[in-house]
Amino acid sequence: MKVIVPVKRVIDANIKVRVKTDRSGVELNNVKMAMNPFCEIAVEESIRLKESGAADEIIVVAAGPQQSQETIRTALAMGADRGILVETDIPLEPLAVSKLLKAVVEREQPGLILMGKQAVDNDNNQTGQMLSAMLNWSVGTFVSKIAVQDESFEVVREVDGGLETVSLTKPSVITVDLRLNEPRYASLPNIMKARRKPIETLTPDELGIDVTPRVEVLEVNEPPSRQAGIRVSSAAELIEKLKTEAKVL
Amino acid sequence: MSVLILVEHDNNEIKASTLNTVTAAMQISDDLHALVIGCDCDAVANAATQIKGIAKVIKCDAQVYQYGLVENVAPVVESIAGNYSHVFAPASTFGKNLMPRVAALLDVQQLSDISEILSDDTFVRPIYAGNALATVRSTDSVKLITVRTTAFDAASEQGGSGDIEDLTASTDSGLSSFLKHDLTRSERPELTTASIVISGGRGMQSGENFNMLERVADKLGAAVGASRAAVDAGYVPNDYQVGQTGKVVAPDLYIAVGISGAIQHLAGMKDSKYIVAINKDEEAPIFQVADFGWVADLFSAVPELEAALE
Repeated sequence: MKVIVPVKRVIDANIKVRVKTDRSGVELNNVKMAMNPFCEIAVEESIRLKESGAADEIIVVAAGPQQSQETIRTALAMGADRGILVETDIPLEPLAVSKLLKAVVEREQPGLILMGKQAVDNDNNQTGQMLSAMLNWSVGTFVSKIAVQDESFEVVREVDGGLETVSLTKPSVITVDLRLNEPRYASLPNIMKARRKPIETLTPDELGIDVTPRVEVLEVNEPPSRQAGIRVSSAAELIEKLKTEAKVL
Repeated sequence: MSVLILVEHDNNEIKASTLNTVTAAMQISDDLHALVIGCDCDAVANAATQIKGIAKVIKCDAQVYQYGLVENVAPVVESIAGNYSHVFAPASTFGKNLMPRVAALLDVQQLSDISEILSDDTFVRPIYAGNALATVRSTDSVKLITVRTTAFDAASEQGGSGDIEDLTASTDSGLSSFLKHDLTRSERPELTTASIVISGGRGMQSGENFNMLERVADKLGAAVGASRAAVDAGYVPNDYQVGQTGKVVAPDLYIAVGISGAIQHLAGMKDSKYIVAINKDEEAPIFQVADFGWVADLFSAVPELEAALE
């Protein structure tokens, strides 16, 4: 089984983002970028599937600026086999990314697409669901467990009330949640080896996809900030404050 | 202009998230239609007619919709979405799972998790874990929107007088099938709608220690939540998680116990009216957003709090 893992380059999740002073977006210059944490979990799972014999090739796909090569290279160092970059400087929305991925899927014919449930930049949580609809494939979102069977995947989904187990007829799109696995670090020899793994570069035009944005970003603002309040030193004092000042008890 | 609202339910009851979504939709139109897709869901459709502001309920009732499998449900929404200027759903796992599948079928770029409505095409939504707020304008002819439920009040479950119209459909895609649910049973209020929430973090050290928080919760009528660290460590189930990628809560009072305050956690609770932090590390970032900070060992502080609430 061939597995496609889409990955996204985002601001490192440990860095506090800053809104630009002209309010046009968040500052991306001279900011540490990294692979979206949910994409890392998807890459890790694909490698485990390969190690278990359930997968035989892992193709990592990114869409975005030229620097997204670095994100693909990170996945190759973790253990993916080859990469595809759909290169464009146009800001991509989930609908456009899904169309690009669909075009790649039609060329590669994978049995499974494993991807993060959301990217921690725009927090949309859309691309996997959209891609599944465009392909008319089964979809499992927010997945914390995957069992590969002959004709299907049995997945456990993290839903608001608890857990839900569903069976997905192959081929499928599976979007992964935090507790699926703990991603590995790439070893130095594997980082060296990854340099020789192939990355193919395509463009939206070559794939025949119009990626013109549908949503206009008018401005981006700082949220109202919270101020630190007062310190208390006993339960009695806390309850007193909650009763008389906050009036929430 | 009419707005379609996708009703979240379990075939017996409407989920509270639907009521917040109705309030948001009211800002766009007073012709609101509620779509109930399920199996043996008459009770839900009847309850939906009572929601204040709902003019009509469309019921699509068939076996294949019993578990809300999106491969079956999305085409039903697609089939009528073109009659509306907007389609709204809550940004719960229900709406997050379903709406993008519909959006792709309609070739629409959905807007996720909106927290404010500025006009019928312009909305505010949090990005980067709520560290920035984007004002965005949709150019699509039908706007597909999921709503951050904590940003809108709940609509009244009484006062409506909508009619029920049947929509006949029953196509099984055959793409997926439901196997089982493992739902968390609790007598406490639901996390996302509770007026008081008490959450524990890594500092709790074990699942048994959450019993301390539960006893306080029961005295306060509060729901119990957790940070990602506590869920990852297996102390509590996944649906306790508050944060950027878990649940977003905005109660009147949020009590964070043994939670350091990573930005991903703050994203899920910083719109709470009052925040209390109990942590022995006085440098913990949670204190920067807390109205009332108590630097103390939680293993003495929480029992003290419980006793003081007697």
